[in-house]
Amino acid sequence: MEATLASIVAAATPLVYAAVGETIGELAGVINLSLEGTIMLSAMTGFAAAFVSGNVVVGYLAAAGVGMLLAAIVAFGSIRLRLNQIAIGFVLALLAVQLAYFFGTSYVRQPGPQVPALPIPLLDSIPFFGQVLFKQNLSVYGSYMAIVGAYVFVYKTRRGLILRGIGERPEAAFARGIPVNRLRYLYTIVGGALVGIAGAAFSLDVKLGWYEGLTRNFGWIALAIVIFGGWHPVRAAFGAYLFGALQTAATKLQPVLTGLSQILPLMPFVLMIFALVLVNLRVLRGVWDRHPALRRVLGGEPPAGLGVVFHPE
Amino acid sequence: MSLSDPRRGPVAGARARELARRAGSLLLPLALSLGVTLLILMLVDAPPVESLRLLWRGSAGSPGKLADTFMAWVPLALAGAGLVVTFAAGLWNIGVEGQIVAGAIAAAWVARDVPGPAAVLIPLTMAAGIFGGALWGLVAALLKTRGGVNEIFGGLGLDFVASGAAIYLIMGPWKRQGVASTSGTDLFRPEAWLPTVGTTTLVPLAAALSVVAVVLVYLLMRGTMFGLRLKAVGRNVTSARLMGIPTDRYVLAAFAVCGALAGLAGAIQATGIHHKLIPSISGGFGFLGILVVLLAGFRAAWIAPIALFFAGVSIGSTQLQLRLNLNSALGGIIQGVLVLFVILAGGWQQRLRSRRQGEPGASSAEAEGG
Repeated sequence: MEATLASIVAAATPLVYAAVGETIGELAGVINLSLEGTIMLSAMTGFAAAFVSGNVVVGYLAAAGVGMLLAAIVAFGSIRLRLNQIAIGFVLALLAVQLAYFFGTSYVRQPGPQVPALPIPLLDSIPFFGQVLFKQNLSVYGSYMAIVGAYVFVYKTRRGLILRGIGERPEAAFARGIPVNRLRYLYTIVGGALVGIAGAAFSLDVKLGWYEGLTRNFGWIALAIVIFGGWHPVRAAFGAYLFGALQTAATKLQPVLTGLSQILPLMPFVLMIFALVLVNLRVLRGVWDRHPALRRVLGGEPPAGLGVVFHPE
Repeated sequence: MSLSDPRRGPVAGARARELARRAGSLLLPLALSLGVTLLILMLVDAPPVESLRLLWRGSAGSPGKLADTFMAWVPLALAGAGLVVTFAAGLWNIGVEGQIVAGAIAAAWVARDVPGPAAVLIPLTMAAGIFGGALWGLVAALLKTRGGVNEIFGGLGLDFVASGAAIYLIMGPWKRQGVASTSGTDLFRPEAWLPTVGTTTLVPLAAALSVVAVVLVYLLMRGTMFGLRLKAVGRNVTSARLMGIPTDRYVLAAFAVCGALAGLAGAIQATGIHHKLIPSISGGFGFLGILVVLLAGFRAAWIAPIALFFAGVSIGSTQLQLRLNLNSALGGIIQGVLVLFVILAGGWQQRLRSRRQGEPGASSAEAEGG
């Protein structure tokens, strides 16, 4: 049981990074739809950088750099040029995948460095939780930091309040002297860095290595998880773990349901998307409205300024 | 742009400037994309000029290659034409990939299970493809109008479901005689194969159907009440509803039209090219079709030529892999970089112009689903 849960936590780590990162950008009002490509390209770049340098830290940094660069293009296009965020993100999603395949050719199926296991002394001897959470590695611990850090920043600090302000009511924030668009750049790029780290977490930890299609569909699912999480970093992380659990279940069911073994790996993607349907169903929305406590746990509205261009003039 | 473009000024000088602007907004990104392509080729120590020549020869160097390019044009043009309709309604039909697969599955079902001569079978497979794709499009539309699910994510989910269904059929009920294989089902009976020209892959019927589809969409968007109202829905759902347009019904119709054309593309992929159902039957032409429409600026008249260019690049880049051992993803890079630069250049010029005219609100139209 503990071993299974520990493997779910480990396997979900890249999605935790990606979902938390995208949540931060979207809270600021910018949709970075390029995740499918960003994760693929940063997974390849991260592996290549670690392979060449022999150092996984270099790989994670390079991957974060790729994520920041692509996020910066989305931010520039949507903020400075006022382009449709969906359009530019979609183009980058397809383009970055092709770039990853093209430049990754010589690294395909090469054995490379990996993040070493690092149990945390004392904490790992806590019954149950020690086994599940603290017999992992730095990549996984970093994802805990991302969850807690994002939560504390967004909900417990003044800067976090401003972050939500520029996503929710940019005009009001601007009227109070807050540089809305500059902060939107900042948070989109910070979110992009986390998405890039998600790529490295795939190629240097969870899946070990590079081949075409290594992270296929994970970018799209990370975007769905952000919605599933109702733009709350902790709930987004929960969505990532839920998806990890579904994947583990699918793997375990493969020997049992041999007739379906080929399509079982696809099922978590289907289920996750249709979890969105449930969250969005109008019947349930009525329930949220009557029970505000339930709404806080399950419901969720996008930031009002999400995807809307803000003109300071 | 249509004749009703409000920006069309009567002054000749303004018109000349507009022409120059149009040329600039196309030539500059084209030059930049070429530059990036050459840079990438030099980065991997490939001979740039030789590579570009191979790209050309690989797509148009012989009747056989031309036929291949044309058969890649068919699904791109069909998907692109369909997507013009959904984009006009302000919808991001990411589910187009799944709609191609659904059409292919429906056509494969007919091709496998319906007896009869080609004259009966071929119209039936095409009709089944159209029907299957339209049905799959309607599911995405209902998820949006009834379920409140954004069409991007509903569409993605349906893409997963469709490809899952294809794999299930290939590995299960429709598996090859003997042993199931991810290489696909058994070949269909020859009566279900779309006839080709000589020894090439060219299917005249497929090309004719695509031309008709593109022309019909052009006319639909340009000269009909349906097209006009669809655009009204795309511009502003709320005001369209206030004008008395049944917006939900238009959303359903747009998805059904796009799904039908994508499904036809799927039926052609299955019965005209592979002659069986394979797991990757859509060939990525749905997503590539979205790039075509973005590059075309959502205008139906540009779909055919841009789709032809994209088809040539896709087919030609496989030659690079064979001859120079370059990853054929280069084709996708060329396509993606071109679209990216065209979009960025368009936004840049829009900004310059709105600054010149001192009007802050001249932003590009938001194709949000809402």
